[in-house]
Amino acid sequence: MESVLGRYKNLIVLVVVLFAQVLGLAVQVKRTTDTESSRLIRVWAVSAVTPFEEVFVWMHNGSGNLWHNYFYLRGVRAENRELKQQIEQLRLEQVRLSEDAAQARRLQALFGFKEQFLSKTIAAQVIGSGGSEQSRIVYIDKGESDGVRTDMAVITVNGIVGKVLKIFRSTSQVLLIDDQSSGVGALLEKSRLQGIVRGTPAGEVVLEKIMTDESVQPGEAVLTSGGDRIFPKGLPVGVVTHVANENRADLFLNIRVRPAANLNKLEEVLVVTKVDEKEPNPSETGPVRAADILAQRLPSVPDKPASADRAQANGAQPGMTPRPPAEKAPSPQPNVARPGEAPATAASKPGTVVPARPASSSPAAKPAETTPSALKPATEQRPEPTPVKVLDASQVAAKPKQTPAPATPPPAKPQNGPQ
Amino acid sequence: MPITYTSGEQVEVYRFNWAVNIGVPAAALWLQSFLPLHFPFFKMFDLPLLVTIFFAIARRNPISGLLTGSVIGLFQDALTGLPLGINGLAKTFVGYGASSLGVKLDVENAGARFLVTLVFYVAHEIIYFMVARGLVALNLQWSWPHELVAALANAFVGVFLFFALDRFKQRT
Repeated sequence: MESVLGRYKNLIVLVVVLFAQVLGLAVQVKRTTDTESSRLIRVWAVSAVTPFEEVFVWMHNGSGNLWHNYFYLRGVRAENRELKQQIEQLRLEQVRLSEDAAQARRLQALFGFKEQFLSKTIAAQVIGSGGSEQSRIVYIDKGESDGVRTDMAVITVNGIVGKVLKIFRSTSQVLLIDDQSSGVGALLEKSRLQGIVRGTPAGEVVLEKIMTDESVQPGEAVLTSGGDRIFPKGLPVGVVTHVANENRADLFLNIRVRPAANLNKLEEVLVVTKVDEKEPNPSETGPVRAADILAQRLPSVPDKPASADRAQANGAQPGMTPRPPAEKAPSPQPNVARPGEAPATAASKPGTVVPARPASSSPAAKPAETTPSALKPATEQRPEPTPVKVLDASQVAAKPKQTPAPATPPPAKPQNGPQ
Repeated sequence: MPITYTSGEQVEVYRFNWAVNIGVPAAALWLQSFLPLHFPFFKMFDLPLLVTIFFAIARRNPISGLLTGSVIGLFQDALTGLPLGINGLAKTFVGYGASSLGVKLDVENAGARFLVTLVFYVAHEIIYFMVARGLVALNLQWSWPHELVAALANAFVGVFLFFALDRFKQRT
C-alpha cells in the first residue's frame, strides 16, 4: 500500500489539489450572492498588490507633475490665451443654458417630476486592473474608509464607467460596463426606447432588448434610464455605432455602442456616493406660481375691474364670479379650452382660489379665472389647431358678454408649455 | 546536446530563496494588474503563467510545481473578480505538467523554453476555457488565431523572462 502511495504520490497530490479547487469553485458558483467565504483571499491578494500600485501611481504622478508644472512650460502662454477666449465663450453659453435650465426646472415643477441629483461624489484614481481579457474590472484608490459602498455608480466627466463590485478598506473593485456580467438600464436619447446595456465576451458594449420593428440610427446617444437604481437618469453611456438585425427570427436588434468614457484608458473617476431624489421646489426655481402660469396661458385676462372691488365689498366670496344669481355660470372645465393640458395645476381647477400676484389685486378681483370666456383666448395663444371641446348651448348662453380686453401685456412667451 | 536525459542524475534541480519565491510571483501579479491600465494590449500576456512555468521546470518537482501553480492561480483569480479557482485549476495543471516535463527534457536552452511555453500557454487556455464554460458558465469565445498569436507572444517574452530569472537559481 505504501509503495503504491509513494509511486503515485504526485498524481494523488494533483488530484487532491484539483478536487479542492473544483469544490471551492462549486461552492462559489452555487452561492453567487454570498461572497464572504472567499473574501479573505481576495483581501490578501488585493492588500498585497494595491500598495505597490498606489506607491507607483503616486511616484508617477509626482514626477509627472514636477516635469509638467515646473519645467515643461512651452506654449503655456498661447494656451492660456486660448483658454481665456474659451472661458468667455463658455460664459456666454452658460448664461443661455442657465436660462434653459431654469425654464426646464419650472416645467418639471409643474409636472411634479422627481429629479435626481448627484449630490456627493468622491474622486478616485484608478490604480489597477483585473489583468485578464475575461474580466473587465479596475481597482480604485478609495474604499470603505472613504465612504464607498458596493453598487455605487462610477462615472467620468464623459460618461458612466461601471459600478462598485467589492469594497476593501482603502480600495474598491469596479466592474466596468463592458464586462459581460454587467448590466445598465439605458435609453436612446431621441427615440426614448429603453433597453439594457451589456458587455460581451469580446469586450464590446451592446444595447439589448430593443425590438426589431423599432428604428435606431447609428450616432444616436445612449443615456442611463435610471431603471437599474444604480446610475441616475440621464448620464451619457455612449453612442450607437452599429445596428443590425442579422437573424431575422430574432425579436431584438443587435445594437453596438461605443462607450462615452474611454474604458481602456481610465485614470480618474468619480464615485457617486449620494444621489438625492426630490421633487423640485417651485420656490427655489423662481417666482413661478399658479397665477403666473395662468397668466401666461391667458394673455387676455383683463385687469381687475373696478366693479370687482365693489362686489367684494358687497360680500362676494373669493373665487366667485360677481354675477347675478339667475345667471348661473358653468363651472369651467380645464379641458374645455386645452384638452391634454396638465390638470395638476391649481389654477386650472375650477373654483380654486389662486393666489394673486403681489402687484395685482386679491383673488376675488379676478373673475376671469373661473369663467370659461377667460379660458377661451388661450387657444388663440397657440396657433396650432388643438381640439377644442364644443360648448353646449347653456354654456354659450352663460358666457359673459364682456369682451376680454388684453389689458395686461402678454407675458413671456410660453415656449414649452406643459403638454 | 541531447534534448532528453538518459538518467535522473543528469537532472539539475534548483531552488530559490524565500524572497524570490514570494517576490517574483507577487511582482508578476502586480505587473499583470497594473500594466494593462496603460497598455491595453498587455492583457494578452500572462506573466503569472510564465512564472509558474519557470518555477516548475526549474524545481522539477511535480508537487512543488502544482502547488506553485495553484497558489499563483488563486491569487490571480482574486484580482480578476471572477470565481476563485478558474486560473487556479488551469495553472495547477500547467505547474504539474511543466515540472513533470522538466524532469525528462532539457529545458535550459532557448528553443526548448520557447516550445514549452508555447505548448503550455495553449494548454492553459484550453483548460481555462473548459473550466470557465463548463463549471462557471461564463460566456467565452474561443478564437484560434487570437490564442496562437497570444501563445507566440507569451513564448517570446517567456524566453527573455526565463533567462532574467535564471540568475536567482540556486543549485541544490
